[in-house]
Amino acid sequence: MTIAVSDPPARMTHGFDYTKLVLYGIALVLCVLIVLPMSWLIYYAFVDKNGAFTFGNFVTLVNDPTLLDPLITTFTLAFSTSLICCIVAAPMGWLVARTDMPLRRTVRLLVTASFVTPPFLGAIAWELLAAPNSGLLNKIYRVVTGAAADEHLLNIYSFSGLIFVIACYTFPYVFVLVANALDRTPGELEDASSILGGSTWVTARRVTIPLVLPAILAGALVAFLQAMTLFGSPAILALPAGFHTMTTKIWSLFQYPPKPELAAAASLPLLILTVLLLRAEHMILGRRSYAVLGGKNSDPRLIRLGWMRWAALALCFIVLLNPVFLPYAALFNATFSKVASQFITFSNFTFHNIHFVLFELSATKLALYNTFVLGIATATIGTVVAVVISYLTTREAVSGHRALGFLATAPVAIPGIVLGVGLFLSYTRPPFVLYGTLWILLLAFLTLAMPAAYQQMQSALKAIHPELEDASRILGATRLKALRQITAPLLRTSVIATWCFVFVGTIRELSAAVMLFTSETKVISVLIFDLNESGDLAAISVLGLIMLVVTSGIVALANRLRLGGGSVRLRDN
Amino acid sequence: MHGRLSRRDVLKGSGAAALSLSSGTLLSSTKVIAAAPPATAVTLALIEAAKKEGKVVYYTSVDLPLAEKIAKAFEAKYPGVAVRVERTGAERVFQRIGQEYGSRIHAVDVVNSSDAAHFIVWARDGLLAPFVPEDVARHYPADHKDADGLFATFRIGLSIIAYNTNTVKAEEAPRSFADLLDPKWAGKIVKAHPGYSGTILTATFQLARDLGWDYLEKLGRQRIMQLQSASDPPKKLALGERAVQADGNEYNIFQIKESGGPVEPVYAAEGTPLVIGPNGLFKNAPNPNAARLFQCFCFSAECQQLISDVGGQRSVHPWIKEKAGRKPFKDIKTMKEDAAGVEKAAEDIKVRYSKIFKV
Repeated sequence: MTIAVSDPPARMTHGFDYTKLVLYGIALVLCVLIVLPMSWLIYYAFVDKNGAFTFGNFVTLVNDPTLLDPLITTFTLAFSTSLICCIVAAPMGWLVARTDMPLRRTVRLLVTASFVTPPFLGAIAWELLAAPNSGLLNKIYRVVTGAAADEHLLNIYSFSGLIFVIACYTFPYVFVLVANALDRTPGELEDASSILGGSTWVTARRVTIPLVLPAILAGALVAFLQAMTLFGSPAILALPAGFHTMTTKIWSLFQYPPKPELAAAASLPLLILTVLLLRAEHMILGRRSYAVLGGKNSDPRLIRLGWMRWAALALCFIVLLNPVFLPYAALFNATFSKVASQFITFSNFTFHNIHFVLFELSATKLALYNTFVLGIATATIGTVVAVVISYLTTREAVSGHRALGFLATAPVAIPGIVLGVGLFLSYTRPPFVLYGTLWILLLAFLTLAMPAAYQQMQSALKAIHPELEDASRILGATRLKALRQITAPLLRTSVIATWCFVFVGTIRELSAAVMLFTSETKVISVLIFDLNESGDLAAISVLGLIMLVVTSGIVALANRLRLGGGSVRLRDN
Repeated sequence: MHGRLSRRDVLKGSGAAALSLSSGTLLSSTKVIAAAPPATAVTLALIEAAKKEGKVVYYTSVDLPLAEKIAKAFEAKYPGVAVRVERTGAERVFQRIGQEYGSRIHAVDVVNSSDAAHFIVWARDGLLAPFVPEDVARHYPADHKDADGLFATFRIGLSIIAYNTNTVKAEEAPRSFADLLDPKWAGKIVKAHPGYSGTILTATFQLARDLGWDYLEKLGRQRIMQLQSASDPPKKLALGERAVQADGNEYNIFQIKESGGPVEPVYAAEGTPLVIGPNGLFKNAPNPNAARLFQCFCFSAECQQLISDVGGQRSVHPWIKEKAGRKPFKDIKTMKEDAAGVEKAAEDIKVRYSKIFKV
């Protein structure tokens, strides 16, 4: 805080507030990113095949059971997933952030591992595990119980199977939000409760939980929307089970002969519901202030669980069995086995699958290259934009910030597949002919990453009290300068976290990519999807493990950078 | 996407009944029929020109490992020309090319599709380049090459019933499509999807024509495991995930069986659906010479023998020796191929199918 004072006074007085300029710049970018494809979507929802205005698409939507059923299925799916995620992830987040449970860092790391696992890869791994007849777990079940050959314990090709698999890869959203919120919440509040005689549990119930409630609600919302707009897992598990979700239905509407009008109409209910949910969240949380990181903080004291800490750990590991240990074991098994659904033995051990993917499959190299170029570009640009937007909105720096926040959150309502179509319609004609280049994929990934990046940065910024910046500004710094010197260092952890978040989100993105790729711009996720359609499970396992190794490497690197930078939390001295 | 003609529209305007692959002619009221161009042999000049381009992009719906083997064999024979394989289901190949060409992206050089009806559409849209490899001119029967020289039958596939020998005894195995309706197969059948696979679209057309939609409706009540690609049911069968496949590629069954997998083909008493997979060259191919060289290679006895031996495909090249242990093609009762019929009915088949099978 002494830095501002040391600056020459002349520069302070002439400091120009660039914020407006930034606002308009960003708003323009967001408009192009979001409004353009959305306009096409709405336009298509209200026209018939000849381009005349009509409500006919919606009439078809309501009357055609092959369209209405998926809609109901999708809502049930999203609600169940969200509920399961909260029940599982919120206690886990509390355990790692606030208790003396052993191996807390390991648990966090493993949740990260389930987060970096693309949901479609998880779905394929669970096919290997729990397909009713060939699934490895069902085979073990039959051997152990001596059940007949056509009996099974688990059937992944079912509605409950799909909910389970989606929840496996959605719960990290809730976990991360809750754990981060608790990390940021200073211990004083809880200390105060203890000092005033509150027992551990009273403190947890009356102080800690209300403090993380916004994070849980936000997590539930993200999980709901995630499950609602997911494409890969339903495409892999729902079709063999004989039902559609909204996303797979929309995708099938774009198969030949394409019906973009119906698809557009079918995606509008999803959009409207999302807008309503976001409004509801705002109403619930809007009136309270949750600024918890001020100038004075101390580390929270950990709650002693006693003997229960081992039980808690066991519980965490049982949960983590499902998204991490079992699926990766299955993928590992399939990688080295001649038949994907057989356990590795000496007689069927093979390197052929690895050789096939690395040396025979001509699409591998290009797809890997495209994926990582896009991942890094999206993460970098996306994080920068998210930081600026969330600063403008949380500090209410300029008029019109609400619209900006809405624009940044809006893509969460657009199923990737629909966005893909919107982008396809927008960028295949002049003045922007981008289809066939990596740029159109970059736009798609940026748009899709924006809500998560924005929400992360926004909750990080909300937790930093403006008093710190105000101090800097009172001492004469311009807004941008205060941002650079005060807010930016405080945000470093969140920025790195967001970068990783966007990166892994991008390289596992399938639904928009599946609409927008060409042979020159194929990415790994699309390659895996193609391989799944022809049943090449071993090749998928190899690619999946490559993806895991590379993403873990990048996430580990980011974590190291963060640790190397010293403690980010501001201390009073 | 807007304003593109559906297959049905296209057909209405040009005399659908006159179109037939088996007659080997493409008649239309608006198009002047040109004779096929003279046959092209592989010359040093062609090889050099192809090397200058350095690569060829092959969109295909054939099973991926086989496609990559064809690519490797070509690259070994003509070093310096790389093949990039883009494999996906035939219906998606078709949709993808339509999408790319609609945006003036000309990425594809050579295409292979297991839905022969696609070639009728591409030919009519004027997208294909007339080109006749020497082998096609010399050895291929007239009903397996286009009169204008736009495409020829690269491979013939059969969509067959098959069963897992671990879970089904030979004497209990189904012998016919009608057998699949037996309640004992409920929940044990796997099949692929005509909205995705050209092979299955063609097979579904022939089944609906010969056995009636009534049959498919009954089959739909058997709690089918629904997959997409015709390559997938044999693989799920091999894994033991289901006991019987109602349809799927014969060649995958061969590959699995011959490498020791527990599967056995069944040639249905009613006849086996026959699927022709032509190869064609695009007029706007980015690598025209490499494309020609690749097309010549595809129809050579060498490549045809490869796709027969390794790939289990049926070939119309007269020099090809079929592997021992496989039922000879001439001994199999097949259903009648009718690409023009498929083209006319495609949309209807997909709609009715998804009503019956719910996906």
